[in-house]
Amino acid sequence: MRLTKKQLPWLKAICHLIALWPIFILIYQVFNEQVGGEPVEYIIHYTGIGALNALLAVLLISPVAKFFKQGLLMQTRRLVGLYVFAYASLHIFAFVSLDLLFEWSLLFTEVFKRPYILVGALAYVILTLLAVTSFNALKRKMGKQWQQLHNGIYAIALLAPIHFYWSVKSEIIEPTIYIVIMISLLLVRLKLRR
Amino acid sequence: MGTNTDKGYIVTNKFIKGITKKASWQLKDNEVTPPEIFNQRRNIIKALGFGALSATLPGTAKAGVFDIFSDKKPGLPFATEQLEFNVNPRFELDETATPYRKVISHNNFYEFGTSKQDPVNNAQSFQVEPWQLVIDGLVDKPITLDYDDLISLFSLEERTYRLRCVEAWSMVIPWTGFSLANLLKKAGIKSSATHVAFATLYDPQQMSGQNSRRLGGGIHYPYVEGLTIDEAMNDLSFLSVGVYGKTLPPQNGAPIRLIVPWKYGFKSIKSIVRITLTDKQPPTSWNQLAPSEYGFYANVNPAVDHPRWSQASERRIGEGGLFSAKRIATLPFNGYGEQVASLYRNLNLTKNF
Repeated sequence: MRLTKKQLPWLKAICHLIALWPIFILIYQVFNEQVGGEPVEYIIHYTGIGALNALLAVLLISPVAKFFKQGLLMQTRRLVGLYVFAYASLHIFAFVSLDLLFEWSLLFTEVFKRPYILVGALAYVILTLLAVTSFNALKRKMGKQWQQLHNGIYAIALLAPIHFYWSVKSEIIEPTIYIVIMISLLLVRLKLRR
Repeated sequence: MGTNTDKGYIVTNKFIKGITKKASWQLKDNEVTPPEIFNQRRNIIKALGFGALSATLPGTAKAGVFDIFSDKKPGLPFATEQLEFNVNPRFELDETATPYRKVISHNNFYEFGTSKQDPVNNAQSFQVEPWQLVIDGLVDKPITLDYDDLISLFSLEERTYRLRCVEAWSMVIPWTGFSLANLLKKAGIKSSATHVAFATLYDPQQMSGQNSRRLGGGIHYPYVEGLTIDEAMNDLSFLSVGVYGKTLPPQNGAPIRLIVPWKYGFKSIKSIVRITLTDKQPPTSWNQLAPSEYGFYANVNPAVDHPRWSQASERRIGEGGLFSAKRIATLPFNGYGEQVASLYRNLNLTKNF
């Protein structure tokens, strides 16, 4: 069975639902105090993991499309990629608003003094560039440069889980799993390209 | 009651100078969700069919994203009891105390999981009776205290202390307990003792974090901590058996925990079963795990950053919602310099962090 153009909007709607569902759950949990009386760390962690999961999803699309010969699947990449940006933005907003409580001076010293925040910030800068250049019109205009710029997703795929690994106090199993999966996804790409 | 007042004790929330009043931390009746409404909410959720959805998921997934819809009833909360105590006026603070519900639901106690909400969710069936606390090592006479001894051996007092976590958040908490020095004096300290070592209960059956690297954050259990003898004998060093006038809930370190308020929170070891006087600096858990990040002393010090974050300020958790917290400057020795700075006169605190 091959995906048809008619089915594409449905597929995209499902993508939106899957991507937004965790946000509804987070809001429900926080307002019902199901995640402790002071869920600052929980919200920051949850949105960060959301960004990582969306990143995994967006990196999975092209190998899956190639393997199952579903070319139309590629059309969901921008949508999922923008959710990576949305979750990363929520993650940073939660850090700045709930943890730093908008002390901007602290933000700048923290970003430059702390290597794990610097790594995360670098990933976010690249991600922002990808998000603002994701429109079709711009894509056509930029031509070859567009693809070069958007290869930045591979840099993000390495920086983001390193940021996670570096940020935790001691529980390194989860971040290690993310690093391993990301590297495997990059290796799969190299293999498919040949 | 009669005998209590004879001894000069105050039973808070029952009788204060002829006035019957509820303590400020107790929930007013209108703040508690009536059980019938609570159950109604459950039924609505069930009716939506989410229960069936979550039943098809593996346990770990249920515990995460889907636990709001799981049908599993939360176990009964741990039963705490009212304590009799005097308020020690020397340790009152005019800072707003962190509300009880936040003190008992935002905890670092990796024995019950590494997330802040894990201890309150996973520790409610923890058994504190029977309990044994052994004081041994370089003492004249080793002592073993059972659960009843913990709350009856000394007259209890309440002290309100600042608690500064190494993760740069802080609370203000009224603890009930007794001075550590009193207990050590009771055992009789040998002159050769230079340090005091503490150990948390090791019971992987009850403490799931001790069973699994993933849940327990890779700490080598049992959790151990230590102080120098001068630190232990300092007036501030306190053994807490209660919080907000009631016995400790498990997530806060029931039935007995250390409070050393001028040090980062991880020094204030919970659920203690052994206190050993030694002539060597004892190993301490976080120092063993990451010696470049957590030292033996771990005094609160705004001038010495953690290698991965700043210690210059802290997020004070008070009343109110998420955005109402405040960032305040962190004070040297968490504001207790007057009492403890002299202990470190000859010590380089940047090196000995």
